[in-house]
Amino acid sequence: MNPHNPRSHSAHGSLHPHGVEEPLLPRAGATPLVELSEVSGGYGNLTSIEDISLKIWPGQFVAVVGPNGGGKTTLLRTILGAVPLMRGNVIIRGRETHGSTLERVGYVPQLETIDWNFPITVEEVILMGLFRKNHWLTKIQKEDREKLNALLDRLNLTGLGKRHIRELSGGQQQAVFLGRALIGEPDLILLDEPTAGLDIRSRDDVIHFLHEINHQGVAIVITAHDLNWVAAHLPWVVCLNHRIIAEGKPQEVFTSSVLQETYRGDMVVFLHDGMIMIGERPHASEP
Amino acid sequence: MLSISPFEYEFFRRGLFVAIIVGALCGYIGVYVVLRRMSYIGHGLSHAIFGGAVLSYVTHSNFFIGAGLWALLSGALIHGISRRRWVGADAAIGVVTTTSFAIGVAIVSTYRSFTRNIEAALFGNILGITPQDLWIVTSISLAVFLSLFIIRRQLLFSTFDPEVAHAYGIATGWIDFAFIMLLAITVLASTQIMGVTLVAAAIVIPPVIARYLTKRFQTLLLLSPIIGALCGAGGMFLSFYLDISSAATIVLTSATVFILLETVLILRQKVARVAPQQLR
Repeated sequence: MNPHNPRSHSAHGSLHPHGVEEPLLPRAGATPLVELSEVSGGYGNLTSIEDISLKIWPGQFVAVVGPNGGGKTTLLRTILGAVPLMRGNVIIRGRETHGSTLERVGYVPQLETIDWNFPITVEEVILMGLFRKNHWLTKIQKEDREKLNALLDRLNLTGLGKRHIRELSGGQQQAVFLGRALIGEPDLILLDEPTAGLDIRSRDDVIHFLHEINHQGVAIVITAHDLNWVAAHLPWVVCLNHRIIAEGKPQEVFTSSVLQETYRGDMVVFLHDGMIMIGERPHASEP
Repeated sequence: MLSISPFEYEFFRRGLFVAIIVGALCGYIGVYVVLRRMSYIGHGLSHAIFGGAVLSYVTHSNFFIGAGLWALLSGALIHGISRRRWVGADAAIGVVTTTSFAIGVAIVSTYRSFTRNIEAALFGNILGITPQDLWIVTSISLAVFLSLFIIRRQLLFSTFDPEVAHAYGIATGWIDFAFIMLLAITVLASTQIMGVTLVAAAIVIPPVIARYLTKRFQTLLLLSPIIGALCGAGGMFLSFYLDISSAATIVLTSATVFILLETVLILRQKVARVAPQQLR
């Protein structure tokens, strides 16, 4: 349950009996992609995350869960170097790069932060992801066009490139922003609540696609609210409420006491057919 | 009047050229102004420039230098204030721009000898454009066009998704600052023909019209300046034949196009709503 447990083998894990993959474990002596050491950060005088020590390994798939305002988005933005640090340091691929441009890191923001009336097409959004390469006067190359078309096919967006982003379904909209993160060929993608507002089918599509790219070696960190969904699909969880409360496999981390400490609420955890189920304890009704 | 060709007059030829250039420039920068929800800043900046325009008249300095410095200073102030969170940015911008405008009014009320120049600053004066002005406005406009083109990708990314743009290494603070400076220069270049009171319309209306016609950003960037230039030219001809202030006819031309498009849109929506019921 502790984040700093030594982990020893490196192969992608086999599927867990109930569908969850075993977490990817680092090779001995490997360098973490991201290493946060005793990091505190926030905006102005407000500390959003406190004393965070966390390592993200190449190819790892991690979910960050916690209450609203508990610092999940701030944690992702701290990795990106967009949050002023009050204490500690952030090391990316062995180098302290806080505040500077990160190469090969993709970021997918919460869809609710997007202005859906903005006059922009699917293609135009995805091509923004090549900004690091095409930032001044360079023209968009033929190979970039080919990459865009291949990505549209991969994301099941074939033929939708010229559509306005509002004309798509929720799952397709998520795919567009994932496409923007992927076109720069990252080895780490950070996604802020990629399943918020999506129906079950779209959530399923998103997680399958994320697993697919994770299998190609891309490390993924997502924030999520649905604990049952996290328990069913993700191999590694970080519980965050300003501080890291616990970290580990869902079956080890999702206990009543950890969740109570994370959410300051009463939760019931039980096993059903080998699957972890988490529910809110009902309030006692008035006589 | 219709038998006379406006092209026989040099002032008209010059005015038409400036109206087309300024219309296109305002239409182009206006795309970002509207999408960044900065219409109020554009309106405020034009009013702030009035103080500089009056000061340059009083001190007998070149309009473009006096008002230009004032415009850049106002732009920098507005940029600084709009980033502060302790007071509403719109209220703070209102304070800067109206104070600047009031300085102009105060000077005007002290020196009553240059009413005509003040009228030109307020409402534009196509007759007052000298060959030198023509070159200055053209050079300024080309410089702004070029600058906007160079930073177009940074501008698009930071307009659409500022948080992620920052994560992708775009210096969003600097881009915002550069943009407001370019806007201040655009307003300055447009003041002689549009007047400080009507510049904002030339910036806002063309991109709003263009948005009815496309959902693609690149097409919007092409259409909006074309609409701005056409409205500038159309307004100039109307001004000549109807003997009305050119700034007013330019704005009224674009406003008429906007109203027509809005009416067509409303009628289409009504038809679309009625049609399925008729099928039953």
